[in-house]
Amino acid sequence: MSVVDHHAVELGPRISEAEVGDYIALLKPRVMSLVIFTALVGLVIAPGYVHPILAFTAILCIAVGAGASGALNMALEGDIDAKMSRTANRPIPRGRITPSEAMAFGLTLAFFSVVTLGVLVNWLAGGLLAFTIFFYVVIYTMWLKRWTAQNIVIGGAAGALPPVVAWAAATGSLSMEPVLLFLIIFFWTPPHFWALALFRSDDYARAGIPMLPVVAGPDATRLQILLYTVVLVAIAAAPWPLGYFDAVYGVISLLLGAGMMWLAIDVYRHREGKPALRATRRLFAFSILYLFALFATLLVEVVVRAVAPAIRAVAPALGAIASAIG
Amino acid sequence: MDDEQKQDGIVLTEAQKRSRRHRSVAIALALGVLVLLFFAVTMVKGPAVLVRPM
Repeated sequence: MSVVDHHAVELGPRISEAEVGDYIALLKPRVMSLVIFTALVGLVIAPGYVHPILAFTAILCIAVGAGASGALNMALEGDIDAKMSRTANRPIPRGRITPSEAMAFGLTLAFFSVVTLGVLVNWLAGGLLAFTIFFYVVIYTMWLKRWTAQNIVIGGAAGALPPVVAWAAATGSLSMEPVLLFLIIFFWTPPHFWALALFRSDDYARAGIPMLPVVAGPDATRLQILLYTVVLVAIAAAPWPLGYFDAVYGVISLLLGAGMMWLAIDVYRHREGKPALRATRRLFAFSILYLFALFATLLVEVVVRAVAPAIRAVAPALGAIASAIG
Repeated sequence: MDDEQKQDGIVLTEAQKRSRRHRSVAIALALGVLVLLFFAVTMVKGPAVLVRPM
């Protein structure tokens, strides 16, 4: 059964009344904001100098590419979105935009984002962005999502690629650091989405999507969340022992990881009623904060590392001025 | 064009005209940003704009 029903019989050609806001909604702005932030971190931690205009171009193209993926995803999932209360208000189920309009919009943005990134920055980044869009739309949306309970595990690769694209845009190459960023987001995705799926499992079941709680049950999902969280915490701390970031990052990563572990254990322990619902909601909310805080720590550490020599250089002069005034 | 001919064609409602105008402005702004972006990057790169490393 559909959450929204459209019984209107259309006579003659359909004239769109879609507003700009409807098209912006197709871009999934909240997902896009996380993509922009993780890509920004990938760009900033990359070695060497990137001209601000090129950096802006790279982030803009990655953001538009992510938006294109969202629009294409919605174009292909109008039937599913109409059955789920979480997505029933999207422009296609509401009848504001047709799937073919969303498809044309998404393909146009995908083309321009990839070509602009390739021409203006470099083709490694452009190629990776094209692969990311392809992976999200074809591999995840069209294939995995309706077929396997591992949909968001494998499909999570698409969401993990933006910092890699940004690194490639900055350096024209790839190395271990962006792979670590990729792995952090990759292993963060299952606990995040399975927490959501636990308290939205009725929605997913109604839409016929084989999410893990629907297929394997909530208890198996709770165990998987716990196991993936253990791996996530270990991988998130890995840049410290591997020597890519210092102890400040390592300690903050472990503290944040302790929060994730505590909430994942809470989800594992509470299986019935309101405590179970509260635990899954808290894990879902904290997982967003966790990823944001982890990447913000990386960002701050790199900025401090870059600014510290300049501060050390001017410190004696500032001291002399202070003593002269004193 | 007389009134009879007007009634034969598609007559947009005010809401349709307004939303179409808004969409047209958004497309124009997006194209303007694209032009500015290409101009700015060309200025930044100079002759190197033709060098596109893999």
